[in-house]
Amino acid sequence: MKEASPAKAYALHLGVIVLLFALSFVLPEYHHGLLARIMVLAVFAMGYNMLFGYVGLLSLGHAMFFSAGLYGAGLAVIHLGWSVPAAFAAGLACGAFLALVIGVLALRTSGVAFMIVTMMFAQVFYLIILYFAAWTGGDQGLVVPQSARVLVLGSTSLGLTNPTVRYMSALVLFSIVLLVTLVVVRSRYGRVLVAIRENEDRTKMLGYDTFSNKLAAVLVSGTICAASGAAYALLFGYVGSTFASVQYSILPLLWVLLGGAATTLGPLIGTLFMYHVVDVTSGYTSAYLLIVGIALILLVLFFPRGILGTIRQRWLGWLP
Amino acid sequence: MHFGPHLLLAALEGLVTSAVLALTALGLSLVFGVMRVVNVAHGELFMLGAVLAWAISTAISGHPALGFLAALVLAPLIVGLIALVAERLVLRRLNYNPEATIVATIGMLYIIQQLALTFYGPEARPVEAPFSYRILLPWFGYSGYKLSIIAASALLLVATWFVLTRTKIGLVMRATQYDSETAQAFGIPVDRVYAGVFALGAMLAAVAAVLIVPISQAHYLMGQDPLLLSFIVVIIGGLGSLRGTVVAAVLIGLSDGIISVFFSPTLAKIIATLLVAMVLVFRPQGLFGTASR
Repeated sequence: MKEASPAKAYALHLGVIVLLFALSFVLPEYHHGLLARIMVLAVFAMGYNMLFGYVGLLSLGHAMFFSAGLYGAGLAVIHLGWSVPAAFAAGLACGAFLALVIGVLALRTSGVAFMIVTMMFAQVFYLIILYFAAWTGGDQGLVVPQSARVLVLGSTSLGLTNPTVRYMSALVLFSIVLLVTLVVVRSRYGRVLVAIRENEDRTKMLGYDTFSNKLAAVLVSGTICAASGAAYALLFGYVGSTFASVQYSILPLLWVLLGGAATTLGPLIGTLFMYHVVDVTSGYTSAYLLIVGIALILLVLFFPRGILGTIRQRWLGWLP
Repeated sequence: MHFGPHLLLAALEGLVTSAVLALTALGLSLVFGVMRVVNVAHGELFMLGAVLAWAISTAISGHPALGFLAALVLAPLIVGLIALVAERLVLRRLNYNPEATIVATIGMLYIIQQLALTFYGPEARPVEAPFSYRILLPWFGYSGYKLSIIAASALLLVATWFVLTRTKIGLVMRATQYDSETAQAFGIPVDRVYAGVFALGAMLAAVAAVLIVPISQAHYLMGQDPLLLSFIVVIIGGLGSLRGTVVAAVLIGLSDGIISVFFSPTLAKIIATLLVAMVLVFRPQGLFGTASR
């Protein structure tokens, strides 16, 4: 690994954030709304990347963390009438708690068993949502009422249904998570995670407690995904069991693989790219899952490093 | 109906489920055991078998048994061929890396499912059973075809067991499973064994699907439950163990049949999935398997 230059990396990330901010004023309405959604889902992908990219743990169940945030926030608003910040915090708390429990259990396994165990726990979570349809709305889902989606800051109140407010809220969340991941992966802790990915036994031999480091990574990853889910419920006003299905565990994997695993900006690029591919092809065919399937196979076959991973390998060694 | 006959009926239904499940799970277990590949697309190969069975049996006119027999022979062959092509084009190029192959088979799952939706459509379609003889028990009549599923499955399981343990092919497969590098050094064409095993696993799923389709109907989403149940069976039975797979299939099939008569199916699924995840967490070699190397 080449010596990273901190100034360059931070400048690049701030540049991306400024660019996204500027785009808000020039994008046409449709793409404006789409980009807000992409930023929220890119946060989901960044949370996934934390575990998959840096620790090398391939989970097939991250939809449960996303939907823990989604339902934690959504149900708090719908059934308990909580305010937006309180509901967001509830979503985060649900995700963090679930991540802790799942982490303690699933980290006893590794490799293929870890993938299957996470998939099964996510399946249980999905079935529980269907089983308690009286509260969760089952596979119909629930709509978070517009009147409740108002963020009160001091004396001003911002309606989250307003496109500009929605875009800016998504951008704020995205920026915070992006900078947090950047700081985390450049920290000593981030290096330990990469060391675990490269050779767990050797890291253990060097005196690191790999289990608690991995557990912390699951916790951070799960909480970030929950943040994305909570934001999705509050900004887009819909809570549904589709988001807990296997498909939503596969999608972040696809986005991260496409953008480049273990790159900080890869998740954004992967999400952006995949969304537009689906958007363009849906004009010709309704077979959107076909595109997802073909993309997955082509990526693992010919392009395992993804877009940014390849760029980093060929040209820009300093990319974080 | 009294409790006793009711339980007998539930048990018979459970045995039919077990019979089909054992075949499907055996395919998954063989592929995992020999190749160390978790084939997430296994359920879709099952679905493909059922859909092809419908296509073949409607293309052939005359007595329903004729169409069914043609489907029983042709559908598994076609599915095996598709699996063979997928193995050559994708899995081999990935060097059977466990994580990359999971991602690739997820891709296959979506491709097969979407193609089935596009070309076969969203309807559920039945296939006529080859015969409609009913066996009259003192309490109720029971479909003779369902009993013949159990017999056919038992026959196929014994045949697979015979091939695995008593023939040269089985010896080669077991050698590859035990240590592929040493097998290669002894002149076993490991590469071709892998291709054959992957096709065989797919064919077992397809046969199971053809057998079940006269009583359950072909549908493009029908692969999901068998996949999950096969995972459960393979994990409980111990990955790659034939005897464990069969015992676990009977156990899961029977309990699934009996539990869903008395409880909500969703609740039964929640409990089963959670229990299996816990087995995998605390006893990764399965309940009946021995620790692998």
